Amino acid sequence: MDASTAGPNGIAISLSDVTKRFPGVLANDRVSLTFRHGEIHALLGENGAGKSTLISIIAGMQQPDEGTIAVGGATVRLSSPRDALKLGIGTVYQHVLLIPSLTILENLMLGSPWWRRCDPESVLPRFRELSKLLSVQLDPDALVGRLSLGEQQQVEIMRALWHGERALILDEPTSMLTPDGVKELSAVVRRLRDHGVAVIFITHKLREAYELADHISVLRLGHVVGELPKERLGKMTEKQVIDEVITMMFGRNDLSKGAEAALVGTALDHDGLKPVDRSGSPALALHDVSTTGQFGECALNHVSFDVWPGEIFGVAGVDGNGQKHLAEVLSGQRPVSGGTVMLNQKDVTRMGVPARRAHGVRYITDERLDEGTAGTHSVSVNLVLKETGKPPFWRNGITRWGVIHGHARTQIEAYDVRTPSEHTPIAKLSGGNIQKVLLARELSPDAKLVIFNKPTYGLDIQSTKLARDRIRRGAGADNAVVIVISTELDELMETCHRIAVMDRGELRGIVDNRKGAETEIGLLMTGARVPAHA
Amino acid sequence: MRDVVKDGKAMEAQKAMETLSRVLRILLPVVLALVVGGLILLAFGKDPLTYYGYVLRRGLLSDTGLQASITRMAPLLLIAAGLIVAFRSGLWNLGVDGQFLLAAVFVAALAPILARHLPSTLVFLICFLIAIVVSASWSFIPAYLKARHGINEIISSLMMSFLGVSLANVLIKIPFNDPATTVPQTETLDVADRLARLGDTTVHWGIILAVVAVIAVHYVMEHTALGLRLQLVGSNPRTAKHAGLDLRLLTIIAFAASAGLAGLGGAVDVLGVQGTIRADWNPAYGIMVIPLVFLARYNGYAVIGFVFFFAVLMIGGESAARRLAVPHYFVLVLVALLMLFLAVTEFLEQNLRQRKAG
Repeated sequence: MDASTAGPNGIAISLSDVTKRFPGVLANDRVSLTFRHGEIHALLGENGAGKSTLISIIAGMQQPDEGTIAVGGATVRLSSPRDALKLGIGTVYQHVLLIPSLTILENLMLGSPWWRRCDPESVLPRFRELSKLLSVQLDPDALVGRLSLGEQQQVEIMRALWHGERALILDEPTSMLTPDGVKELSAVVRRLRDHGVAVIFITHKLREAYELADHISVLRLGHVVGELPKERLGKMTEKQVIDEVITMMFGRNDLSKGAEAALVGTALDHDGLKPVDRSGSPALALHDVSTTGQFGECALNHVSFDVWPGEIFGVAGVDGNGQKHLAEVLSGQRPVSGGTVMLNQKDVTRMGVPARRAHGVRYITDERLDEGTAGTHSVSVNLVLKETGKPPFWRNGITRWGVIHGHARTQIEAYDVRTPSEHTPIAKLSGGNIQKVLLARELSPDAKLVIFNKPTYGLDIQSTKLARDRIRRGAGADNAVVIVISTELDELMETCHRIAVMDRGELRGIVDNRKGAETEIGLLMTGARVPAHA
Repeated sequence: MRDVVKDGKAMEAQKAMETLSRVLRILLPVVLALVVGGLILLAFGKDPLTYYGYVLRRGLLSDTGLQASITRMAPLLLIAAGLIVAFRSGLWNLGVDGQFLLAAVFVAALAPILARHLPSTLVFLICFLIAIVVSASWSFIPAYLKARHGINEIISSLMMSFLGVSLANVLIKIPFNDPATTVPQTETLDVADRLARLGDTTVHWGIILAVVAVIAVHYVMEHTALGLRLQLVGSNPRTAKHAGLDLRLLTIIAFAASAGLAGLGGAVDVLGVQGTIRADWNPAYGIMVIPLVFLARYNGYAVIGFVFFFAVLMIGGESAARRLAVPHYFVLVLVALLMLFLAVTEFLEQNLRQRKAG
């Protein structure tokens, strides 16, 4: 199925008065939208605006309570993802849903009926066709687990388009990618548009929407609150578009500069940081630290650096280049195979998590639900996870539930965690709120070393702004060392004094965060070596 | 953020509905299992009402039957306590039968010898200790393999169980054999040296120990730091590691506690009821208790209820086997049906909930 079977006026999918209710929530309220062939349609909105529900309706995951969906001019009932795929509507989700131990071709064959033999020859032509359409070069027999995230996403796009090229839904597709990956994706998406595919693109980042989209729709609290069609969008400048969209998203345009910068992704205001006094000895010193990694992990290779009290130290680099090991070595979760870690002149190399925590080490992991919290346990339990057995929450090993729940209520209030109650299983909370629980658990004025791993990954705009502000203020601690590991350069430029670049487990160099630092960092990322600034 | 706004009344109503559905979730499978079990009996030409009536009379309503049922609960409850520890720690200790039997055999062999020299309280204490040490050490291999190398404990503990049962037989036939008897068995413990009866019933005080153990396990899991740590290891090992818990040590502790309790069950059964163990005796209580622990959703108090229900079925079923010629294995058919319907109701309920959520 391709653009030739388009409905009237090039309309690929049209929703009219689609309403979806959940207990206590009106997720979509009489949403009417039209997605056209050959158009990139950006859907913008805060978390909870109803974007996810809307795309899951189009993808056939959920059925609307009211309203109709027309595909190619005919009203249809999408009762399963299979129905949607058959109509040529494919979805690429934020997280990769491929099987890493299978090859690309095997992954693409997974959807075929069970009685059919797995015959690579029968699917190769379609694979080649799509490779040509996407203009990507992938080895069909490569294991998916060995591909970069960007390549895995290309495979996902192929799978989404496997049964037809009517529409492609991309759910925050850039959140996992490197700057180069984003560029590649943009090129692929434009090619698909030119081929006549209706692309539906969900994002938090206004700038991305402006650069890519032909049509912008903004959702708020389940309503469509505004649209910028192609004709108008073409005549507007970036500034006008951003102003207009912000007004739609928040119903006002008096957002703080910081929030707007976070929205647009251009924050480069690093003047407000407290200066660092480097006359004394460093508070954190890594000397020649190496680790051993399991298959597929990137281990550290002779990493050395010093950080002074009160300094915010960024670690840039493409995901999967040893950042996780670095964070785990610093937090005490992972033993080193060589080298030393000194914290305030004390050798902490052999200390485990509890001992380091007692020395003021705090680690906010990027895997909030899989690692940072125990999903089936309550918010209360998760807030004291790293204190099990310690007073005041435990006395002689006996749990004092009253104290724990009381503590949770105070923290929920202080960190503005939106949860039905402190007894709610934490997995039921949104990403931003889980992050707040982690922050509430980890941050305290007596912290000495705070490690943030991808602190704003998957967060909405307001939460991102809050998180970055908190880092800029030294993570709420007095003169602590703050390590920020992030794949988003903007974020590091906005929050850090110095930025180190990691590549294949090695520290390529350290750059002072000043005007023009991006170029230096970019150079380091591509493999050039610059002597480390001390 | 989806703010869930509800007025108090709706909340109350919802709470009532939840309690109702929780009760239904347990009662419905029980009723369905009895009905379908009845149909099977009918198919074999037995009157289900007579059978159930007989089981009920002999297992619950008669004085001796009730006492026998309660007595039978003691080993079952101790095994259940052990299983709760393991399951809530995310460890599938399926080796309880081997652990139970090995501990029982050691106790059966040593108790008569000890009883000749020591006061009975001391004999019991030493026997309990031996039972715990023997069964806990038998669990060490699967525990260590799991903790150190991540080897699936379902397989390893089950294999160790078969080995344990065989070893128990070897012990009875060779070193622990009582030469005074014709069939290979251990020396019999005098009735006077066994666990004391409660009042003028036939129930021995092992049942009190068992009930206390189940409640204590429930309390430890819910209300202590150790319990929370074990739960964390069970629900999310990566989170446990992140929080700085010693996964290996906790795995070995959980396994040892689980096996130790099962072994205690063996000691209680020998000291309270059996007095001796014949070769090839293996009641395989563990395999029967596992479904009950699932039914109770690892809740200690619910386990006591289910174990009582099952003990009544067992005792009644054993009488019925003699009187009505329905093999006592039919009780296992009922438990299997119970499990099946439990799974079905759970599946339907989840489906319903999902449909409600959209």
